[in-house]
Order: sequence, then C-alpha cells, then structure tokens
Amino acid sequence: MPSPEPSAKPLPAVPFLKIPDDGEPYLEGCRCDACGETFLGDRQNCGACGTRGKMTTVRLADTGKLYNFTVVHRNFPGVPVPFISAIVDLDGGGTVKGNLIEFPPSPEAIKFDMPVKLVYRDAGRKDKDGASYLAYFFTPAA
Amino acid sequence: MTEVYVVGTDMIKFGRFPDRTVPQLGAQAALMALDDAGLTIHDMQALYCGNLGEAGAMVGQRVLREIGQTGIPVVNTANACATGATAFREAWASIKAGLYDVVLAVGVEQMGKGLLGGGGGGSGIPVEGLLGSGTMPSVFAHVGLEHTRKYGTTFEQFAKVSVKNHHHSTANPKAMYQVETPLQEVMGAEMISYPNTKLMCSVNVDGSAAAVLASESAAKRLGLMGRAVRVRASALTSDPYSPRNLVMPDFNGATRLAAKQAYEMAGVGPEDLDLVELHDCFATAEIVHYENLGLCGDGEAGRLIDDGETAHGGKIPVNVSGGLLSKGHPLGATGIANIYEISTHLRGEAGKRQVEGARIGLTHVVGMGSACAIHVLEKV
Repeated sequence: MPSPEPSAKPLPAVPFLKIPDDGEPYLEGCRCDACGETFLGDRQNCGACGTRGKMTTVRLADTGKLYNFTVVHRNFPGVPVPFISAIVDLDGGGTVKGNLIEFPPSPEAIKFDMPVKLVYRDAGRKDKDGASYLAYFFTPAA
Repeated sequence: MTEVYVVGTDMIKFGRFPDRTVPQLGAQAALMALDDAGLTIHDMQALYCGNLGEAGAMVGQRVLREIGQTGIPVVNTANACATGATAFREAWASIKAGLYDVVLAVGVEQMGKGLLGGGGGGSGIPVEGLLGSGTMPSVFAHVGLEHTRKYGTTFEQFAKVSVKNHHHSTANPKAMYQVETPLQEVMGAEMISYPNTKLMCSVNVDGSAAAVLASESAAKRLGLMGRAVRVRASALTSDPYSPRNLVMPDFNGATRLAAKQAYEMAGVGPEDLDLVELHDCFATAEIVHYENLGLCGDGEAGRLIDDGETAHGGKIPVNVSGGLLSKGHPLGATGIANIYEISTHLRGEAGKRQVEGARIGLTHVVGMGSACAIHVLEKV
C-alpha cells in the first residue's frame, strides 16, 4: 500500500484536537449550560451535575497556567526521557494534560502557575498505515 | 440487621510464583482462611472473588475447582486496586442483607514486572509520553506535587514514608521485602517520576488473601466468637465529580467520602483508631491519605510523617505491615490482605509487629477510575 504524501493532512493524536482545513489547530471541548463545567471533547450529558443534553461545544483557549507537573524519568521503551508531564488549567475553562517542552526538566526550575501556551507539532510517530499524527504541547508563555 | 464478623482470615507470603496459576494462589489463601476458622468449603454459602488480571475468566469458579465445587453462588469482582476490598464488602453486604450466614471472600493477583498504566488515547497511536504521562508512578507523582503546591511538602517528606514502611516490614513474615532502606537510599534510588523514586513505588508481586465472614448467629453457633473480629463499618464510593478529575484521577474525593461514611456507620472518629492500613501504592499517596482519612488536618501530613507519629509506637501507626510499598501490592489481593493485617492485631496475634492493645483498626484501598473501600474493624 503506498504511503500517504508527506503533505497529506495529519491525523489528530486525540479526538478533541481539531485540525481545520484552513486555520490553526485547536482543542475542542464542551460546556454544560446548567452548571458551567468545561470538559474536553464531546459528550451528551454533564458528569458534574447530571443535566442531560445541555452541552455546548466550545473552542478551548490556547493559553493557561501550570496547575501541576511531574518529571518522568522512566517510561515505556521508545519514549524519550526525561520529559515534563504537565497539567494545565486553560484560561476560561478546561484542564488538559500534556508535555511541557522547551523547558528544563528540573523540579527546581518549574513553577506552579507559570503561564504556558499550546503549540501543535508532529507527534513523531506514524501508525501502521504510514499516517502521521499531530499532537499538542505546552511551551512557556511570555 | 445482624452484626457481621470476620471469623477466619489469612494471606500467603507475597512473592513471585511464576509456576503457580491464579486459581492455585487464590485457593491456597482460601484454604488458609478456612483452616483459620476451622471450617471447610462445605460450610460456605457464597464466594466473592476479586481478581483484575483475569477478570473475565471466572477466577472464583476456578478456585472452587481447586478446593470443592459445591455449586455456591460466585461473584467475581473487579474494581481496580479496590478489587479485593469490594469482594470483602459484597460478602459483608450479603450477610447484612440476610441472604447468607457464612461467606468466603478471596482476593488474588499474579502480576508481571514493570510499569502499569499509560493506556491508549482513543486514536491510532499510543499517547503515553506524548501527551503527558498516565503511568501509575506519574499519576501519583502528580498527586504528590498537588500536595506540594498546596502545602510545600518536600521530596524528603515523601521519601520518609518509604523509610518507615520498609522498616515496618522487617517484622512482617508475610511481606515480600523485609529490607531496611535509609532515607538517602530512598532519595538516591532511580527516579521514576519526580518525586517518586523506585523505592517509593509499591512492588508488583503475586499474592492472595482470604476471609471468612459470618453473621452473629452463625459465629455463635459455630463457636467462633473467641477470635472473631467485628466489622463495624463498610463503605464503598466511586469518585464524586471534581474539577480536573478527568485529567488528574481522583483519589482524594472518593477517600474522603468513604471515610465520612465509614466513621458515621462505625460511630467512631479517626482519633479512636489504634492502627490503619491505607493505600500506599506510592509514597506520595500515603501522605495525602493521612489527610483524606482525617488522621490529621489538611496541610499537616508533612508534620505527621516528620514527627514519627505514623510509625510503629507512634500515636497512629500506619502500615505496620510494610504497606503496599514493602509488603507488596498484588492488585486483587491487597484489599483483603489489609483485613488480615488489622484482624491479626485485633486478635493480639501480630507477634513482633503487634500494636499493643489494638481495639479498632481501619483498612483503606482506592483504585483508579475510581473506587474507594474503607472498613472499620473492632476487637470483640
């Protein structure tokens, strides 16, 4: 089977990463009209308050603050270590986990609440059909 | 509703048994618990069997094949790390409900080595290490650093948990490891996911534990009240919604909710406890659970470990068995191994590691996803 063209659109590494035909990639979530909780991805009903069918699709912000982290030194074979696993509260709602890149992987350097922003990069992995994937990452924001 | 008693309980020494099968390991603990009660499989009216690795494969029924296929109802339970305690609780509930008088609960697990967790992301490629980390050491590193964020808890304070629990296990013949690990050794061990070093991660081992539960009338009729242990409370919760809990799995909310229910049911408070076996899957977990279980106020867990109050001989001994960190954590067995440990102290049979005068103890396990089970046991 021929490999896709290098310029073929990549697939998202996770379903809530949206890659529009024109425009920049972004993360999508939904918000409950009844209680205001924001969730990643798509859902029918609210897991926070139980209200049914009142979820509104929202585009999540590209910026946020580091809620907490860990520096990972041991992982599965093939995963480059060390890396920073970051849990980020996005501005306006939604919490996302991702890698904090372009930053020293040292607990002393990483500060709680440091401002970060989302960037989108090739995941560096292909699936069995040769398709490439786009992933999201965090970098320090000014 | 009747009181429910543990009238027999035991566990195998945790270790690595690649030549045994899961049902063989489960059967071994079952027979030990039955022997401890002086009963046989023919006296059991139901079996609740907890196992994760072969959850779809009828482990309970295969245990009965090893010890006596009596046709009793078997329920196989799976609730992540709360699997064994869920089996115990369902056994308890069945007696409370008046369905049965004498029931067997078994927990068993056979584990490989290596990292747990880090499952797929729902698309064509695995996302572990690409979109953050979801391995168990990383999940609990996040848990620990949340505590650091709130209260300034240090790497050293987390590491002290491992020093304590490894020390405790040197007095426990049932523990997988019985080795002292001084603080520098714990902090200097291979870093897995900051702040959890290799010695701050519970060990994957094979193991099994079992308990025989009975109603009050059955315990009396069988002459078993002499070594019976009363189940004062049983609580089981899932994780109530909290912001971030879909990204940072919740262990705190589920534990606090179960603790509240257990203390209410038992009519006791944390100050009444003589010992606790809690879910120290990682050193960071033990710290947060001191507060989740009300052993100290929020923000005081660092002080509690620093002051030695949770060591054997301290105000509230925690994990004198060595805990999951040193005794081992065979996922399905842990929830009943804790019951065995507390029961042994309440019976005054814990030998070198005995907590003197123990009258009331608490067991706690919490599985990711989440399920928290807490039991309060009392000396009769």
